[in-house]
Amino acid sequence: MEQSEQDVVAKAEQNAAKEPLIRQPAAPVGTGNVIFDVRDMAVWYGSFKAVTDVTLPIYENEITAFIGSSGSGKSTVLRAFNRMNDLVPGARVDGEMYYRGANLYGSGVSPIAVRRRIGMVFQKPNPFPKSIYDNVAYGPRINGERNKKKLDEIVEQSLRAAALWDEVKNRLKMSGLSLSGGQAQRLCIARTIAVEPDVVLMDEPASALDPISTGAIEDLMKDLKSKYTIVIVTHNMQQATRVSDRTAFFYVLTDAKSDTRTGVLVEYGSTKQIFEDPRDSRTQAYVTGRMG
Amino acid sequence: MAVTSQPQAEPQKADLREPPSWRRTKNQIMTVLMVVAFALTMIPLGFVLVTVIAKGASVISWSFLTSSIPPNVLPANVGGMGPAIAGTLVITALATVIAVPLGILGAIYINEYGGKGILARVIGFMSDVMTGVPSIIMGLFIFTLWTLHFQYSGLGGAFALACLMLPIVIRSSEEMLKLVPDSLRQGAYALGATKARVTMTVVLPAALGGIVSGALLAVARAAGETAPLLFTIGIVTSVNWNVFSGANTSLPSQIFLNASQPYTGAQARGWGAALTLIVIAFIFMISARLVTARYARYSS
Repeated sequence: MEQSEQDVVAKAEQNAAKEPLIRQPAAPVGTGNVIFDVRDMAVWYGSFKAVTDVTLPIYENEITAFIGSSGSGKSTVLRAFNRMNDLVPGARVDGEMYYRGANLYGSGVSPIAVRRRIGMVFQKPNPFPKSIYDNVAYGPRINGERNKKKLDEIVEQSLRAAALWDEVKNRLKMSGLSLSGGQAQRLCIARTIAVEPDVVLMDEPASALDPISTGAIEDLMKDLKSKYTIVIVTHNMQQATRVSDRTAFFYVLTDAKSDTRTGVLVEYGSTKQIFEDPRDSRTQAYVTGRMG
Repeated sequence: MAVTSQPQAEPQKADLREPPSWRRTKNQIMTVLMVVAFALTMIPLGFVLVTVIAKGASVISWSFLTSSIPPNVLPANVGGMGPAIAGTLVITALATVIAVPLGILGAIYINEYGGKGILARVIGFMSDVMTGVPSIIMGLFIFTLWTLHFQYSGLGGAFALACLMLPIVIRSSEEMLKLVPDSLRQGAYALGATKARVTMTVVLPAALGGIVSGALLAVARAAGETAPLLFTIGIVTSVNWNVFSGANTSLPSQIFLNASQPYTGAQARGWGAALTLIVIAFIFMISARLVTARYARYSS
């Protein structure tokens, strides 16, 4: 068992040398508008190249899943979309990332303005130590909304959209920390959509949750798809097949000489194609569970 | 190993008692040592409290808390410590107003803005050095810088106390800010908040309980300081509510003066002042606990 697994990995590594690094362009599915256009993107942390050679379009009103083993740079790429990497000292993005035609890393672009349009849900639910109401109202308030009635409305709508309203409507004054893990994550989603973003990035949003909560979050994503564009990083391949329209597979290249590990985008296509007819042997090994 | 190798007629009960061993003895010795250490630390505290209460409680009355300080020769039942209580309260309050906002802002700079920069490290290092400066040096510092030019006043005393409180507030606030998880900051950034807003609306509220209790401990510490006040506020026998001008007095100063008097009346008033000071410090400590408990439900 152990042996055959190693064989597969070894074979994949061998093939990696022969095969082109990236299979581009991805076979188009659907006719949606391109919302993010990423070209030859690489992210550095100081002198460490975390991920390189990423070229992929993200389409409007679709769910795009990033899969791949740990260290393959999925989260790094995700966090580049709303410039969260700016918060890491020494982080640098090379290449081009366009959001609706505008260069995300162009001069004069404010990360604050970017993040107001491109929201993010994190792996671990991170409600603020404030009441449930204040958690959801936080975003609208920083955008200058002071009208109590309007805020009430936004809070209710957002919590309804996050399928949490019925569970918390009688205790909006209670601390956001009093919620269970699944509820807290839905609160974070409500908080994110309360600012009416264009895109919602999700970094393994269900990895800390039980299957029932995970199911609730997945149903929620499908509902949200009509209004928002969603990009999700997941370790759970079933989840990717259940919710996503397109899938990007990332892979770690290990450089034995310099002992560095760099993530690359190996294959990008419709979820159906990636899981049923992968073109790259490494993708095949990963999606069939023989590697990673 | 422990799988039964031979079938037995009656299953033996498992022996779950701890077998006698050196490990067990060591545990017992350590437990005894810790109880003894606790008892030893409680002895001086107990003696102080018992002595102060025994000698000071008899003079405490409403008039003691409000009356002017009489000449030292008069007996214990005359006059009181009103000016000293008023002085301690206003001077400590003013010192708090100076030191706490400054200290919290300093801590915010160190933890949120300075990063690993040189300025943040210098401030951190300086505040550590400042913690080690003896309080009488702080008194002399303010004396040469302020009192020599502007005469005795509560303000000078407040400056000296603020110098003592500042490093404590900076360090305790910094520790509390460090405890705020980064995930909260990122959550706020991801909603498009600016750094100032993240700090003011997420980080500071999350750390507030700890910051307030740290500040109250600094206040309690400052309220009991004698040395920095000796050179800076002078001494008076009637209440001076004006903290900005004119000499003032404080409970610690009065305890120091009265204790060195030969008259029993003055000594008794000194004990009364000591008890009053302990009670005031105690009230600050209790408030600190209550504030911490009030915010604890947010920080879990």
